[in-house]
Amino acid sequence: MTAASTSTALPTAEQHGIKEHSDGRFGFVPVQTRSARFRSTNVEDFPAVTGREAVWKHTPVDRVGSLISGELDGSAYAYDATPADGITVAWVGRDDARIGVAGAPEERASANAWSAFERALVISVTGEEAKEFTLTRSALGTGARGAHTIIEAAPFSQATVILQNSGSAQLTENIEIILGESANLTVVSVQEWNDDALHLANHFASVGRDARFKHVAVSLGGSVVRINPSTHLVGSGADTEMLGVYFADAGQHLEQQVYVFHDGPHGRSRVTYKGALQGEGARTVWIGDVLIGPDAVGTDSYEQNRNLVLTDGTRADSVPNLEIETGDILGAGHASATGRFDDEQLFYLQSRGITEDEARRLVVRGFLSEIVQQIGAPTLQERLQLAIEAELSAVPRAGE
Amino acid sequence: MSVLEIHGLHVTVETEQGTKEILKGVDLVIREGEIHAIMGPNGSGKSTLAYTIAGHPKYTVTKGTITLDGEDVLAMTVDARARAGLFLAMQYPVEIPGVTNTNFLRTAKTAISGEAPAIRTWVKDIRETMTKLRMDSSFAERNVNEGFSGGEKKRNEILQLELLKPKFAVLDETDSGLDVDALKIVSEGVNRAAENTGLGVLLITHYTRILRYIKPDFVHVFVAGRVAEEGGRELADRLEEEGYDRFLTEANVG
Ligand SMILES: Nc1ncnc2c1ncn2[C@@H]1O[C@H](COP(=O)(O)OP(=O)(O)O)[C@@H](O)[C@H]1O
Ligand SMILES: [Mg+2]
Repeated sequence: MTAASTSTALPTAEQHGIKEHSDGRFGFVPVQTRSARFRSTNVEDFPAVTGREAVWKHTPVDRVGSLISGELDGSAYAYDATPADGITVAWVGRDDARIGVAGAPEERASANAWSAFERALVISVTGEEAKEFTLTRSALGTGARGAHTIIEAAPFSQATVILQNSGSAQLTENIEIILGESANLTVVSVQEWNDDALHLANHFASVGRDARFKHVAVSLGGSVVRINPSTHLVGSGADTEMLGVYFADAGQHLEQQVYVFHDGPHGRSRVTYKGALQGEGARTVWIGDVLIGPDAVGTDSYEQNRNLVLTDGTRADSVPNLEIETGDILGAGHASATGRFDDEQLFYLQSRGITEDEARRLVVRGFLSEIVQQIGAPTLQERLQLAIEAELSAVPRAGE
Repeated sequence: MSVLEIHGLHVTVETEQGTKEILKGVDLVIREGEIHAIMGPNGSGKSTLAYTIAGHPKYTVTKGTITLDGEDVLAMTVDARARAGLFLAMQYPVEIPGVTNTNFLRTAKTAISGEAPAIRTWVKDIRETMTKLRMDSSFAERNVNEGFSGGEKKRNEILQLELLKPKFAVLDETDSGLDVDALKIVSEGVNRAAENTGLGVLLITHYTRILRYIKPDFVHVFVAGRVAEEGGRELADRLEEEGYDRFLTEANVG
């Protein structure tokens, strides 16, 4: 029926076991904290991927080999953009000063993209009025690509930036998101790729003092889609809401490795990801790392992942990790649960007069819409509700 | 005058040891407004009868009929049976993640009456019924049965019974696991439904204590997949004194 586990961590100094990590000069360096992971923008600095690495062990590396170690096309690509006051889009060279401000690769596919991109696409947000902007990428083609994007929100600016991804793609990319003081930025990345698409993305956000950053990852379409957003709460009082919703069908691998680094004091973070799985080989992975650094006093943090399993033959991995390096916090907790929608639930709903189709829609819509409703972009929300219903109507019913 | 009729019902389930016959010829006729108690020892097939009436896919009817006002219930899907006026209060109500009680009740009510209930009266109906069942208003926004205690789940079943207003309700051990206060509250709910809507009730129970609060018109003793004895209220009193031993011995011989 329903298997659930919920836990709330108490603040302790070291949550992780000490793992060995080879490093030429020191023999081995114990890597306890997420912030101490090796980083480099050069792909040659990363050894060949075996699939046993922490960052790769849940990913079908054989399916994304072209993105990890293949040659990438790093040229500019075509996109569509809805014009909005206070938002500009431009290609810039590799020497642009903003590149590398928010983060650097921690794994090989990310570094491969970084080494390969020829120009970076910069989306600049200014102006205090709320506005919505959509950048659509629907013609990336079937060749392996590396890309770099910068989304920069000026101090006190406000916007919702939607990255709408569809069509074919073999894409590894880095997106740097820079929030100035008191900026209020929402970034939504929607993956509605074709069935054969491969997409590995790393989002690096740097959040300034009193800024509010909402990040939403919506993954519905694609063969292997891995979105790894990391948010660095740098300034005092920085706030992040990291949301995710995903729906994996037969054979689909949808993964998200979410990381929040509470560096500055009085930060707040909420991570909430919800996913549904249906069909043979539907696979989802959620890893949630929260690191509360020694200076992050007064931190208030909570992360959770919930999965709804609709059929047999699926697998959902859910791994919350919490490391706390200061005792002086408001709160930190995590929860993870994977529940099954089974025949008994269907029978129960039907025994109250509800048809089988309606019963399934009721459960899945109710479950996922909790996230969709929080996006804050009404037109997109409406469209995503329909897209989720469309996923559902593709459900092969039990026993048919 | 509505009538639910069961004739010569044989039911099997698939087990690891193969097909097993559980119901071996059940006959029951329940008319509108009547309360029938079905009493029997564990494993005698009471839940099987309840699930078969509701249409649970695990149970296969090999012989016999169930009709509601002459309509063939066995030909109906589970949801069509509910829309035709049948209701099952389950022994173990199911948790539904992601669906609030409010949303569930509205969807069910809409499905059963064929149109959405008028908002104002519906909200009032829910609130009043919950109050009568001593359910905190927070249960409206909680997911269906999720994290409810055993007693809260049973009350939630009776809440549905009162709001969905079926013609016939099968209550499968609604009394099990309830303390005496909860037992009274739940019984009052069933009695209200019977008075207000002329509900016919098939009250399945292992014990006699619920019969102090819900007065049956007929008592059927269920043993080894069939009705072993029938009578009025006095049969329940006799069972309270003697237990099921008399019937179990007969069943073993048979
Ligand atoms: N789904 C099932 N699979 C296998 N055996 C079942 C199933 N349902 C009921 N049975 C068996 O049928 C018999 C009657 O069960 P049940 O109808 O639950 O009895 P009661 O409700 O009177 O306790 C028991 O022996 C039980 O083990
Ligand atoms: Mg039973």
